[in-house]
Amino acid sequence: MTTISQRADAMAATADAKPVFDWLFALAVLAVAAVYVRAIYFTPMEARLGLAQKIYYLHVPSAIAGYLAVSTSALMSIVYLWLRDERSDRLAEASAEVGLVCLTAVLTTGPLWARANWGTWWAWGDMRLTLTLFLWFLVAAYLVLRGAIDDVAMRGRYSAVLAILGAVLIPFIHLSVYVFRGMHPDPIVLKPSQPSLPGEMLTTFFMGALAFTLLCIALIRARYRYAVLHGRLALLDAERA
Amino acid sequence: MTPGVTHGPVPGTIAAAWLVARKDLSIEFRTRTAFLSALVFSVLGLATFYFTWDFSIVTPADRAPGVMWVILTFSALIGLQRSFGVEEHDRGIDALLVSPISREAIYLGKAVGNLVFLAAVQVVALPALAIFYNLPFDRAFLAVAGIVLLAMIGIVAVGTLFSAMAVNTRLAELLLPLLCLPFFVPVLINSAQASARLLAGRPMAEAWPQLKIVVGFDIVFLVVCTLVFPYTLEE
Repeated sequence: MTTISQRADAMAATADAKPVFDWLFALAVLAVAAVYVRAIYFTPMEARLGLAQKIYYLHVPSAIAGYLAVSTSALMSIVYLWLRDERSDRLAEASAEVGLVCLTAVLTTGPLWARANWGTWWAWGDMRLTLTLFLWFLVAAYLVLRGAIDDVAMRGRYSAVLAILGAVLIPFIHLSVYVFRGMHPDPIVLKPSQPSLPGEMLTTFFMGALAFTLLCIALIRARYRYAVLHGRLALLDAERA
Repeated sequence: MTPGVTHGPVPGTIAAAWLVARKDLSIEFRTRTAFLSALVFSVLGLATFYFTWDFSIVTPADRAPGVMWVILTFSALIGLQRSFGVEEHDRGIDALLVSPISREAIYLGKAVGNLVFLAAVQVVALPALAIFYNLPFDRAFLAVAGIVLLAMIGIVAVGTLFSAMAVNTRLAELLLPLLCLPFFVPVLINSAQASARLLAGRPMAEAWPQLKIVVGFDIVFLVVCTLVFPYTLEE
């Protein structure tokens, strides 16, 4: 399937394969660092939770970034099945990996927050928590599946099939947790709901959400570039063999 | 068409699916390898799990549903692994693909074969559960058997598709639990909750909300998996 232009492309890529300065990534890291300085030193301490509340500025923004990345991944996988364009498959792979990192951050900071706020590490009745956990399992399975297939076209198709089924699965898990919770009284002391934030904290939170989204995009972009180079390298190896 | 060779009529989807299911079941009936391992696994699991709780705190009847659903899930995986694994030897799948039957028929046939396989394991495992955990053979027990059948339809619908995918990967059967288990979650949460309620002597009405989700899952995933299955066999 190798065309002459693809081959020339691959040659060019290896010729000028010098390290590039990723300005977007640098910008995103600076933004995240700035948000943290603001969150720790310039945002008022929450009266009841104290320092533990600062987790919020990491937890929720990474959840937003994670959902964004995972949705992009599922969408791009399905687009691949339709257009059979390798770029969408690469983008799906890149977003899934970044999504897994973000969701891991959510799931590690979540119990820390819950322990300080609700007095318990985990609340199965909480929809967001349970859904995020199963989403994590799905994305992990998606990435393992991708890693276990060598053929590019087959990998794209299988990923798309899993993405479609995953999109159908999420509402069922949502419904199941909803019905499961309906059988238990709602927690009163360990109330799994977010208090509304006062102004200054809200500003910090929005800045955090923005910085993390930027970081998420920068990471996906870097990972996508890596996938492109990796694909070219595989092409060159195939040529040599 | 080859001259001199007579060709029978091409079977319709349902008839073709039945042929595929019958083929799989007769292979299994003659060798009985997967059936015996799933069966021994189930009974062994039931017996072993009995010793994982404190007798003075939980009664055996209270833990029976939990044990049952764990064992059912993993014995299902044993059967599902074999479903397309058996086609890998001598590339049996190629023969299926060149035969004049639709991809959907292959999927439905495989799914029916898996359902019969799982049901056969449960025909022994469920009474064994009742005996080991001292459950009465009453109407609640029959209702639970019905829930098991409903749950197995959903499990088989998803599992058959993933079995077809997993055999083509480098990890093969190692990948199957990873792919299947997240998808079994809605089925397991709801069937386990429903059967726990019935075995505790609660009325059927309390199990309805969960059962509706299981039935919805069965229908939706049977349709979706039938539609996407051809993508797993392209080329």
